[in-house]
Amino acid sequence: MKFKSLLIFLIISSFFLTCILSIWKIMSTLQGLSFTNLNIAPIYLIGILLSLVFVLIGNKINHFIKTFSLSFLFSILYFYLNEASPYWYILGIFLITLFFTNKLKKYSMQSLREDFISEKIIFDFITLFGIVFFAFVILFPFYIMLVTSFKTQIALLVNPLDFSLDFSKSLAELFKSYFVIFKTYDFGRYILISSIVSVGTVIVTLLFAIPAAYAVARLNFFGKNFLSTSILIIYMFPAIVLVIPLYTVFSQLGLRNSIFGLLIVYTATTLPVAIYMLQGYFKSIPKEIEDAGIMDGHNWFGIILKIIIPLSVPAIASVALYVFMIAWNEFLFSLMFLDSPKSFTLSRAIQYLSGDAETPRQYLMAGSVIVTLPVLFIFIYFEKYLVSGLTAGSVKE
Amino acid sequence: MSDSLSKLEKRTAYTLVLPAVLLVFAIVLFPIFANVWISFKDIELKDIRIPEPRAKKIVNSIPENQSELKVIYKLRNSSLIQEIKNVKFQDKFPKNISPINLDSRCNFDSKKVICEFGNWKAKYRENFEIIIKNNNDETIDRKIIKSQKPILNGKADNPLLTTNFTLKNFKKVFYENNFVELLLTTFYFTFFGTVGAIIFGILAAQLVNQNIKGRTYMRGILLFPYVGPVVALAYTWTLLLDPNSGTLNALLVNFNIIETPINLLGQKYITMSILGFEFKLRLALTTVIFFEIWRYFPLAFLFILARLQAIPKILYEAADVDGASPIQKFIYITLPQITAIISILFMIRFIWNFNKFEDIFLLTGGASGTRTLPINVYQQGFAVSDIGMGSAVSIVIVMLLLSFMVIYFRLIGKRANEI
Repeated sequence: MKFKSLLIFLIISSFFLTCILSIWKIMSTLQGLSFTNLNIAPIYLIGILLSLVFVLIGNKINHFIKTFSLSFLFSILYFYLNEASPYWYILGIFLITLFFTNKLKKYSMQSLREDFISEKIIFDFITLFGIVFFAFVILFPFYIMLVTSFKTQIALLVNPLDFSLDFSKSLAELFKSYFVIFKTYDFGRYILISSIVSVGTVIVTLLFAIPAAYAVARLNFFGKNFLSTSILIIYMFPAIVLVIPLYTVFSQLGLRNSIFGLLIVYTATTLPVAIYMLQGYFKSIPKEIEDAGIMDGHNWFGIILKIIIPLSVPAIASVALYVFMIAWNEFLFSLMFLDSPKSFTLSRAIQYLSGDAETPRQYLMAGSVIVTLPVLFIFIYFEKYLVSGLTAGSVKE
Repeated sequence: MSDSLSKLEKRTAYTLVLPAVLLVFAIVLFPIFANVWISFKDIELKDIRIPEPRAKKIVNSIPENQSELKVIYKLRNSSLIQEIKNVKFQDKFPKNISPINLDSRCNFDSKKVICEFGNWKAKYRENFEIIIKNNNDETIDRKIIKSQKPILNGKADNPLLTTNFTLKNFKKVFYENNFVELLLTTFYFTFFGTVGAIIFGILAAQLVNQNIKGRTYMRGILLFPYVGPVVALAYTWTLLLDPNSGTLNALLVNFNIIETPINLLGQKYITMSILGFEFKLRLALTTVIFFEIWRYFPLAFLFILARLQAIPKILYEAADVDGASPIQKFIYITLPQITAIISILFMIRFIWNFNKFEDIFLLTGGASGTRTLPINVYQQGFAVSDIGMGSAVSIVIVMLLLSFMVIYFRLIGKRANEI
């Protein structure tokens, strides 16, 4: 029993170590180091050795000294087995091993006798592996997007693996792609249009949604149930089936290529979600507070303005942020309705840029960074509000 | 008293709700019904403008006679398919100038030439000439004549509102459009995209639900792909997967995992052999599905995490007392608690993946076997510019969606309200 858990422990822990070391190696390769071999088998073997020595020593030496000396020995061994590598790379190996041996702390020959220890080992390391895996898979494309925008087309064609930033260049040289897309491709204008459309959509949506949500939440009227069910159904309908009729009608009315046309469409498509989210919150406000407002002689308008809105700032904020994000990221309608570069939004402008095969990729990525950054900043800063918005508006993209 | 109050309440309710309802009706519901109308019409992108009579004015001098000018109007019907009725023409001339040998359809009356051209058939063209003469035999300034634009008007039906219908579009959808393959691709994409997103969502939620440091950061990072703009993310992926100088292929070649770069987004099939069995994998479609999973597992993650955090800790403590293993705890406690949310997520994601357009459009443009129904709407409507056909495909989508929704509300609609 003990032998089996030991075996599982060795196999799985060194597997985890091999994975993070490989990721480190890949990331270093992208900094221009010329590695050509992942060396998985030898690293796996010395990983097993490391884990074995670690549990065999157990508590005989101070934990701190043990992790430190073992990691040091491991790094030296790694250095000899690996291709020629600079010292910062080996330092990284050392730190990773330190982190790894620290995670091994709770395992010893005694602990390997516990019940279900092999399952626990598997769960522990799968958790660790999972976190590293998810973080890597998610952040990697964002990383590539960012570093590509600082490179040049020629450098990338010569060595597509070298993403190292050359800090000896001047700042102006480093941010060249950004200067170019602002100067030659007029991105300042597109940022302005995107902002106007998104903020406008938020304002108009709230203007329409707050009264409607209040009525659905509080008042009795014929067709109320029908309305609240149809809200659910309507936001299941996709933009792609609306596109052809809207295109034809907008062409005849001259609403294509206009910010106003885009604004109407964005507002109408986000309204159902906004009403749905707000009415849920309005229902949770105690009715007694409103009754007090009626006593004070307010009419419905006054109640909404003086009581409901101040009390539901968090909900309104999350709706506003959510709608802003939808409008900012929207692509399909801007593709269909805008064909003059004068009225492009950011997303449409980037797509237009990519249509020309001559456009260097760093410009495309610089544009992508510009359109992504505001959303990510807003998201990180207001995560709490946005997550509740995302959960409530789940049914809509 | 209470009666008048409830009347007031109703009136207020309608004033509050009506603006929102009208807007949604105009922009969301009206187009869905308009699709039905358009799908029965034989109409192309270039026909959607209302036909109008047009004239291009050319002024030529007559060398022998300085006091005369020849004015040519190139008249045409802007539409290639529709007739314009009762076309009227009017042009002004300066003082002392009058036309000679005027066409019988026209009248000259105090500086104005007014013509009635009758009906113009589709594609109608005519070069219409007037010779004008200065009554005082002075030279006529060509520029003044040229600067005056003729006014034309006529009655034409709005091509969208005519009542000639055809079943041609639907016949084409079902018989000439590789309909079976289109449907299979759509379902393949939808099903695997949904299942993949949910599986990764469960895994990620399990990870973040444990007591680890920095789990709030982890939750934020996991949502990045979902909140980022499609355009930016899709182009980053295209760049990453590019066969010529994409990072992924370059890495794989560099570490000798593959010999030659693989065109992950541009190759329809790849032949794989596992245990001697050879089979073909839809390569580009699979790549697009992976992008889809990458982008939408965060949503599944968010929901499942919320559910996991609501499971009472006491259940797990009781299981510990009974000596349950981690796997048993997952199967007997966690899984039953999240089946409801998973079934709802499955339906929602299924419907949304079914409608997915942007992601596929930006990655492959619908090439290499990634043509799904929504992509087909765009291709028919705007690339082939057959609006009627595009609408017919939209109708197919709406019909399928409605049937999914009926199933959804029958099966789990009631449960959805409880959560």
